[in-house]
Amino acid sequence: MTPALRVLAPGLLTTLQDLGRPGHQRLGIPVGGALDPVSLRAANVLAGNPADTGALEVAYAGPTLAVEAGDVRLAFAGADAAIEIFSDAEAARGPRIDGMRSVRLRRGEVVRIGSLGGAAVLYVAVEGGFDVAPVLGSVSTYIRGGIGGFHGRALAAGDLLPLARPKATERGDCRLEGLDLAPPPRFRAIAGPQSDHFSEREIAAFFASEYTVGAGSDRMGMRLEGRPLAHAKGFDIASDAIAAGSIQVAGTGQPIVLLADRQTTGGYPKIATVISADIPALGRMPIGAKIAFERVSLEAAQALRAKFIAEVESIAKRLVPLRPSATEVAPRLMHDNLISGVVDAGSWTVP
Amino acid sequence: MAVVPEYRVLPAGDTALVVEFGDRIDRRLSGFVLALDRRLGEARLDGVVETVPTFRSLMVHYDPLVLPAAVLAARIGELVRGLRTSEQSGRSWRLPVCYDRSLAPDLDDVAARTGLSPAQLIERHSAAAYHVYMLGFLPGQAYMGDVPAELALPRRQSPRMKIPAGSLAIAMTMTCIFPLETPCGWHLIGRSPVPLWERRLGPGALLAPGDKVAFVPVSVREYESLLAKAADGTLEIRPSEQIAVGAAA
Repeated sequence: MTPALRVLAPGLLTTLQDLGRPGHQRLGIPVGGALDPVSLRAANVLAGNPADTGALEVAYAGPTLAVEAGDVRLAFAGADAAIEIFSDAEAARGPRIDGMRSVRLRRGEVVRIGSLGGAAVLYVAVEGGFDVAPVLGSVSTYIRGGIGGFHGRALAAGDLLPLARPKATERGDCRLEGLDLAPPPRFRAIAGPQSDHFSEREIAAFFASEYTVGAGSDRMGMRLEGRPLAHAKGFDIASDAIAAGSIQVAGTGQPIVLLADRQTTGGYPKIATVISADIPALGRMPIGAKIAFERVSLEAAQALRAKFIAEVESIAKRLVPLRPSATEVAPRLMHDNLISGVVDAGSWTVP
Repeated sequence: MAVVPEYRVLPAGDTALVVEFGDRIDRRLSGFVLALDRRLGEARLDGVVETVPTFRSLMVHYDPLVLPAAVLAARIGELVRGLRTSEQSGRSWRLPVCYDRSLAPDLDDVAARTGLSPAQLIERHSAAAYHVYMLGFLPGQAYMGDVPAELALPRRQSPRMKIPAGSLAIAMTMTCIFPLETPCGWHLIGRSPVPLWERRLGPGALLAPGDKVAFVPVSVREYESLLAKAADGTLEIRPSEQIAVGAAA
């Protein structure tokens, strides 16, 4: 039997994502990839994978997955979530574990990821990765184009997600210590490329305003609600290309920050562009969050990028081994029915 | 003395910049964009990640830690010197399209609005040769122009919520084949069986910026036969002999 995870419940929007497929934007093909590449990398580091391995991106509410393999190591990084482990699909109770760690599950065990808190996305990596053929160099799911991931779409109940490894390694489980996923107080952005389509006063007002992440936000773009921005020369421009983090202002005057699945070109003026170091944090901002922007220079942005990349590349240094008792005993006790019915799943958190 | 076309370099964040030759849809500007794109490709600069040509500007994605913005801008300044709009290297394509009413819901309306008969409209649209300015909006979607001036119409007042993949459409000075089902405000005058975007295509899309395209009218029966071939992956579309596209009016 092919080793796999079976999807018992898909969650709100669970997709396979890696770091995307750059290099094809000239053909209209979006880069895509993880909304929060830092958390994706963290999940992969925990699972013992190369940082760009495809993992499940969970948005707002998580899936329930059953192990159909010898055993499997999963790792969770990103938003807070109630992650519960059950001995089988029928079990009513099971221990609850924190995120930012890996865990080894046996055949038949079930992991249920509840509603996310604190951020929009959580990544679930599996040791060895999923056995999915890349499309144009990436396994990222691009739903609009119907490519990548599992059949080019979000997970659905009943899906079997094939795994590259039949069994987990003996490397032991880990957690990540001190990885700061808090958003910056203000997202740093460089004015332009169409800053000449807005008066200096409007640009200053944009950087002085607070916006709310709107309900229409998705993997393409984050719709901001707040002070509308006035165009100096109309809202139609001859289409030009769109960079990650570009903030376009359509006819309504409400800004939209373009995210991973952004279209490659567009015909609205872009008042500013969020710097590369802040885009992962932006990608994890949930609907309803308040955000504001701070104007920085190109030079400052490039210095911040260097610092950001050094931090991202040192994520592996934050790995701390979990004691065997924490990694094995709790689920095993449940599995062997030794303490079933004794422990209240809701209150039992393995550190 | 080398001619330097007017341009400006605008930051699009810290990992992309825009080389903008103008603010209009214009064949001369497109010529500069595609010529610079070609020169940049040939220069193989370390740190350039990818380039995206559009109607009037070239976006250059780069890694500033390998290639600082100021160095990249200086190299672009050198590459722009003596840039000629003739330095493009597009391929030519003859793409089958079916203008039958059953596949062209706006054919009669466009004919009425342009004062042409449907037959004249088809004749004018398919007699023209088109320049691929850019791809965008959808994967593999090429903006081709310019349509003959007498066919130029603004977009529909009420966009459709959904049009079928393969729809051949016109709006303003452009014609497009929409590669995927999509909402659309353009006028639908036919359908093409040619897949413009699919994973089987090596580079991901059939057409590329700078290509030349002519449309070959086919009957509904031919369309359906080609569509069936496209569905089972046996429809082969190869570049044709060169198509000359005149300068836009």
